[in-house]
Amino acid sequence: MVNRWTKEQMAARVARDIPDGAVVNLGIGLPTLVSNFLPHGREVILHSENGVLGMGPAPPSGEEDYDLINAGKQPVTLLPGGCFFHHADSFAMMRGGHLDICVLGAFQVSVRGDLANWATGEPGAIPAVGGAMDLAIGAKQTFVMMELLTKRGESKLVAECSYPLTGLACVSRVYTDMAVIDVTPAGLRAVELIDGLSLDELTRLAGVPIAPAPGDDR
Amino acid sequence: MIDKTVSSPEAALADVPDGATIMIGGFGSAGLPAELIEALVAQGARDLTIVNNNAGNGDTGLAALLKARRVRRIICSFPRQVDSHVFDGLFRAGEIELELVPQGNLAERIRAAGAGIGAFFTPTGYGTELARGKETRVIDGRGYVLEFPIHGDYALIKAERGDRWGNLVYRKTARNFGPVMASAARITVATVHEMVPLGALDPEAVVTPGVYVKRLVPIPRVATQPVGVRPV
Repeated sequence: MVNRWTKEQMAARVARDIPDGAVVNLGIGLPTLVSNFLPHGREVILHSENGVLGMGPAPPSGEEDYDLINAGKQPVTLLPGGCFFHHADSFAMMRGGHLDICVLGAFQVSVRGDLANWATGEPGAIPAVGGAMDLAIGAKQTFVMMELLTKRGESKLVAECSYPLTGLACVSRVYTDMAVIDVTPAGLRAVELIDGLSLDELTRLAGVPIAPAPGDDR
Repeated sequence: MIDKTVSSPEAALADVPDGATIMIGGFGSAGLPAELIEALVAQGARDLTIVNNNAGNGDTGLAALLKARRVRRIICSFPRQVDSHVFDGLFRAGEIELELVPQGNLAERIRAAGAGIGAFFTPTGYGTELARGKETRVIDGRGYVLEFPIHGDYALIKAERGDRWGNLVYRKTARNFGPVMASAARITVATVHEMVPLGALDPEAVVTPGVYVKRLVPIPRVATQPVGVRPV
């Protein structure tokens, strides 16, 4: 049985890579956890695509204001220095490359960094895209947080995405429950593996080539 | 004298014709002009095209308009929600047309309409199925999709405070689509919780200049209720 990082450990690992001063958008779902692990003393500005910079944590129970919500429509707060703006401005700052990092969930990531995270393409499913396509291509760096394998044991790292694409060649780094992996022009490259996992075993589970981390001769 | 104040939501929407394209502000319930939507349901216009980020929640508001079979087509980014059963049923039965647009492209297409832009190239959606059949171009090595503006006959928006010239300010994230929709429709109707005398709004902080607003309806404040999320 291969060791797995918990969701909280994955979130803490992502948080470690977010530098002081970064402007960051955390996608709905797993990425939202990252905000709980940003180290004290590190000042990070959170963006929410419905029109907030400087988003703070959820308010105490009883103090929810549903005019102040995040992209998941959950109540949030505003930090001192934070501000509001309209939707076209919000997506302009994203598309215009003014966000440093965006963290997204995914169904699949290809070896070229193509992302599939908005639809499974099942017949009869109600489609919904929201800001996924804008987020995928907008930030300077797009991080993906996902379990390496589906519940059926299939790898979410793929040669070609079989699910509908969200964006082409947009993912820079993938944080899974077993390894952190960079997407480079030469393909996937390991950054960090969970204790006890060899690169050979990771590559076998992932089903796609993954180069060793620089200086790693495991 | 200019006074854009209208006494009621019903009076503000009395002239909406069948077949109109109606933009409705709001992201979830924040900024959703509930009283105007209720008035539109009562008004009776049919065969409408609705532009909104979502496609209705629960059984009231936009969902009630859909349920009354008054909407032929909806342009939105995120119809599927935990409480979007009215839209889901109509869509599965093939009884409503959906144009699904990435959220930023939706906002920018509305902005483009208000700004007199004929079309624009955006990187969002390039290489995906939402760009299928659309003109594309590679500019400086990056792929772009040609997107066209979305014009409204009416825009129904919710602001916080306004004056009789139609200058508006909003409240927190309820601003969302309000300012761009206000600019993109022939007739923009805004609700406000507070009417103030000319000069009372800080001119440095007016968000929507009155030139974009045709009608203002004062509405008593009620706290915005959660939608689109599972009850905690």
